[in-house]
Amino acid sequence: MSSLEQMYQQVILDHAKSPQGKGLIEIAPGHVGSESHQVNPTCGDEVTLRVDVVERPGADGVPVATVDAVSWEGQGCSISQASISVLHDLVAGQPVTEAERLGEIFRELMTTRGKGLEDDDDEEAIGDAVAFTGVSQYPARIKCALLGWAALKDSLVTAGVLTTKEQA
Amino acid sequence: MTTTAQPVGVPQLDEPAVPAEHCPTFTALSPRELAAVRADFPILERTVRGGRPLVYLDSGATSQKPNPVLDAEQDFYERRNAAVHRGAHQLAEEATEAFEDARASVARFVGADVGEIVWTSGATAAINLVAYGMSNATLGRGGDVARRFALAPGDEIVVTEAEHHANLVPWQELAARTGAVLRWLPVDDDGRIVVDAAAEIVTERTKVLAFTHASNVTGAVTPVAPLVARAREVGAITVLDACQSVPHLPLDLHALGVDFAAFSGHKMLGPTGVGVLYGRRELLEALPPVTTGGSMIEVVTMSGSTYMPPPQRFEAGTQMVAQAVALGVAATYLGELGMDAVAAHEREITEALLAIDDIPGVRIVGPRTAEDRLAVVSFVVDGVHAHDVGQVLDDAGVAVRVGHHCAQPLHRRFGITATARASASVYTSLEDVVTFRESLAGVRAFFSVD
Repeated sequence: MSSLEQMYQQVILDHAKSPQGKGLIEIAPGHVGSESHQVNPTCGDEVTLRVDVVERPGADGVPVATVDAVSWEGQGCSISQASISVLHDLVAGQPVTEAERLGEIFRELMTTRGKGLEDDDDEEAIGDAVAFTGVSQYPARIKCALLGWAALKDSLVTAGVLTTKEQA
Repeated sequence: MTTTAQPVGVPQLDEPAVPAEHCPTFTALSPRELAAVRADFPILERTVRGGRPLVYLDSGATSQKPNPVLDAEQDFYERRNAAVHRGAHQLAEEATEAFEDARASVARFVGADVGEIVWTSGATAAINLVAYGMSNATLGRGGDVARRFALAPGDEIVVTEAEHHANLVPWQELAARTGAVLRWLPVDDDGRIVVDAAAEIVTERTKVLAFTHASNVTGAVTPVAPLVARAREVGAITVLDACQSVPHLPLDLHALGVDFAAFSGHKMLGPTGVGVLYGRRELLEALPPVTTGGSMIEVVTMSGSTYMPPPQRFEAGTQMVAQAVALGVAATYLGELGMDAVAAHEREITEALLAIDDIPGVRIVGPRTAEDRLAVVSFVVDGVHAHDVGQVLDDAGVAVRVGHHCAQPLHRRFGITATARASASVYTSLEDVVTFRESLAGVRAFFSVD
């Protein structure tokens, strides 16, 4: 497989063609809503990503802040669009802490220069997003893949459910 | 070709070039001449992305550098490096001479007097120099002679919708600082500036008319004469962004009649870190300085200072001497090739690039004919984002620019956020265009777009 085919895995092309979670949806009554607008200034790609957060009972019955829904609107290259679509599928329904962990794993994947994650559990956790391993070989495109994840982190911070505001 | 410390930079030929039959006006480069030119650019020998020959079609962003330019910079550091315009030792003399010879070389190349060439760090700095000089004049600096540059609320600055951000944002900022109003000439569906609109938009209130000589997106060449004529009628100062024209067209700034012009070294086969502000002598003499400090003063006391005449007035601090010297060699290199020949060669490349218009799904943004147009061809591929187009081309070794090319308003004018752009230079070959075209033709299939 050429580097180009490694970057444009079928799963990426499929998500780019049929993006999931696209179209902003209303925040459910009583839920906490927040959104973030992110732009890639070098190419003009942009995304507005909205999170709908609510407390749901965790395994031990204790309420846990949970990303009930993720929706987004935007435009950009197939890498950025597919990445946001995969993010939607991964994060919707997850506890905020898990959403943030997935973001951390994805950001780490983007630093591997095509080698992929060493930790099998991490790789399993991010599911389809493993397809972006090839993107990490192209420094100029990593930002495309991270656009939606930056919006997710920012929106969770704005929603008040994440306390840190590190650079994505 | 072999190079020397004092490079000449013309292809050495055994026999005279045979004129191209289809180009009666000027002789384009013959295949032998082009091969000799290409041999001067070592980077063209390298491969990219797993062994593919480099097809460099991003010269609009930055050009590659020929050996004479590379050698000139190295030679300066190896043999003549010293502070210029000071010191009584031999190296200082030689460095100063090289620095000022380079100024003369660039002046000759663009039809200016040597005192009208100010070194800057680049074209962006050159345009900002004019804008901030006007700001300082507005604040009363520079005395009575500088009053012609002062702006007041209600005055107008006119730009165009085709501008690179470097010839737009400094004027937005100047307007914000002075209370002047920013207006602009629109572009038509071909991306050409609607020059006729100047009759209405450029008025007695207009103090500055800043426009590009050639768009870095559409390649459209602006008719300078009618805009200069209109500016003169109303007493406005003209500022020409000549970044794209200087490396590709014969240019005579005196004949064009603009008041100021800016261009960068690195787009005209020269180094990064050096550019030029051209100003008509009378205007440079009246413009207050912007960056102040060493080298630009006459007498300094604790209470105030007097300043050197131009160009030194605008060259505070240690200058980019080696880069300027190498830029002088770049100008000589182009001048000896002959800008008529360069333009004729690039016109052939333009026509070949424009032929991508017949690839299904490919749309050119800009004029579709080579008339009054440079070999800068921006395009969109229906159903495929410009970034993805660029990635497929890159996989074939073809380097193009993707994005908005620092011209967001122009892209917005066409309802798009990004284009891919192929741009040529004197070393670009028709074979380069063939590789580009073949790769481009496969883009939609790769992404399964019908």
